[in-house]
Amino acid sequence: MTNTSRHFSPLARLLHWTMAGLILAMLYIGVAMVAAVSHAHATLIALHRPLGVALLVLALIRVAVRLRNVSPALPDDMPALQRVAAKASHLVLYGLFIAMPLIGWAMLSAGGYPVTLFGSWHLPAIVPQNVDLFALLRALHTWLAFALFATVLAHLAAALFHGLVRRDGVFSSMARGER
Amino acid sequence: MNSKFGASAACCIPCRLAAIGAAVLALGGTFAYAAGWLTPARLTTYRIIDQFQANNGPHPGYRRNHAKGLCVEGYFDSNGNAASISRAQVFAPGRTPLIGRFAIPGGNPSAPDASVPVRSFALLFRQHDGEQWRTGMNSTPVFTVHTPGQFYQQLVASRPDPQTGKPDPAKLKAFYAAHAETRPFQEWIKTHPASSGLADSAYYSINAFRFVDAGGREHAVRWSVEPDMPYAPVDPQEKSDPDFLSKQLGTQLERGNLRWHLIVTVANAGDPTSDATLQWPADRHRIDAGTVVLERTSAQSDGACRDVNFDPTVLPDGIRISDDPLLAARSAAYAVSFQRRTREEALHGAPATQQP
Repeated sequence: MTNTSRHFSPLARLLHWTMAGLILAMLYIGVAMVAAVSHAHATLIALHRPLGVALLVLALIRVAVRLRNVSPALPDDMPALQRVAAKASHLVLYGLFIAMPLIGWAMLSAGGYPVTLFGSWHLPAIVPQNVDLFALLRALHTWLAFALFATVLAHLAAALFHGLVRRDGVFSSMARGER
Repeated sequence: MNSKFGASAACCIPCRLAAIGAAVLALGGTFAYAAGWLTPARLTTYRIIDQFQANNGPHPGYRRNHAKGLCVEGYFDSNGNAASISRAQVFAPGRTPLIGRFAIPGGNPSAPDASVPVRSFALLFRQHDGEQWRTGMNSTPVFTVHTPGQFYQQLVASRPDPQTGKPDPAKLKAFYAAHAETRPFQEWIKTHPASSGLADSAYYSINAFRFVDAGGREHAVRWSVEPDMPYAPVDPQEKSDPDFLSKQLGTQLERGNLRWHLIVTVANAGDPTSDATLQWPADRHRIDAGTVVLERTSAQSDGACRDVNFDPTVLPDGIRISDDPLLAARSAAYAVSFQRRTREEALHGAPATQQP
């Protein structure tokens, strides 16, 4: 792939759309499970942890793929402020993709919980048990989840703006391959 | 420009902006709905814990329920008898270290010990493979209510009257009259006066669970710990001391270890597992799985149990939750209590040691 291509590679697109679905699902699962008192609570928690680990792995692969390949250039006529917003929001997204699962894992470790995935499969603690640290990470996990959801919404709105209003090929660079 | 965008070119720009806005609103609205923000009448973990706080007043740093307690440490000596129905490491022959916590129900950390006829005993078994088994048991084999909704209504009915500082008897009476599922509990309490202390009481898992054996087969169970020390009724002299339970336990442990047998009761086909208000018939198969031994006690202000959320759904491979609706609610509500009290502790320091 060269920097003259106007489309992301099939691997980059597969990663993008897989993660898009999983991250939205994760945000809904997370916000629902902490409030739910029904069996849904247990079911959603059982999904949330393995899905978080899967998303951490996917995010690391995605960063590697992004660094190894040149992304399609933004259109020349995009205002400077929009270009900055585009670059900054992507940095925020990638940062949160990696931070959220790590904070969740560290939070459970600090709270003294075993980090159970399925059956007897569990992860080791990555920080020592400490409730002050738990309190901080637990609050961060919530607030960064809200920040991630807000950034995802902004990303979606901007993508649709490119696709429906500017119609400059940015949306289709991720939506489909070369024809 | 590709055909997809070409087809929509006829549509006005404001319409397209509106479409973008609608997409964002739809996703945001779904999020708000999932969080429960659009349905204030829905019972959530936050409403349950808020009600505890309303009933008991603010006690920063303490558990929202079972606020008054003490820490203990010891071990479980498994004899291997329960290994036939659960593959959990804790049931293989051998010793598993444990920490625990005795408490009385209610959100007031300085309530007199004699003010409630129920005591609780929570345990955390630390398996050598890194998995844990946490259980929160009560000194009654049945629970007052069947569902989280009924539990919440009971909390609302027992909210103290601001005038008297005590629950309104008429409201409580109306609640119990309207809730027939509370009768087995009330009947049991009437016929089983509280024991003289913490060490001569049995404690019960409250909810049913499922054991999973090495072959993957499930067995519906409840468990209890039954004391070696014979039951004695409360000493009327002693109970005037608001902290007689912890003082007595401290004295007993100075003399030697305290022991309970861990009894696993296996359900017959058809026994209800989804209703904590119903006892199983007395003739059910009982397995003596080993001995819970307590060696030490410490105040909850600095003991090992202070920072533990005794979430009864933290289970090792080999034990699973049942279909009892209270279990998920206990897990979810305990998490909110733990979140709030650890936050208070982080911001304002650990609560001072209770007197004494």
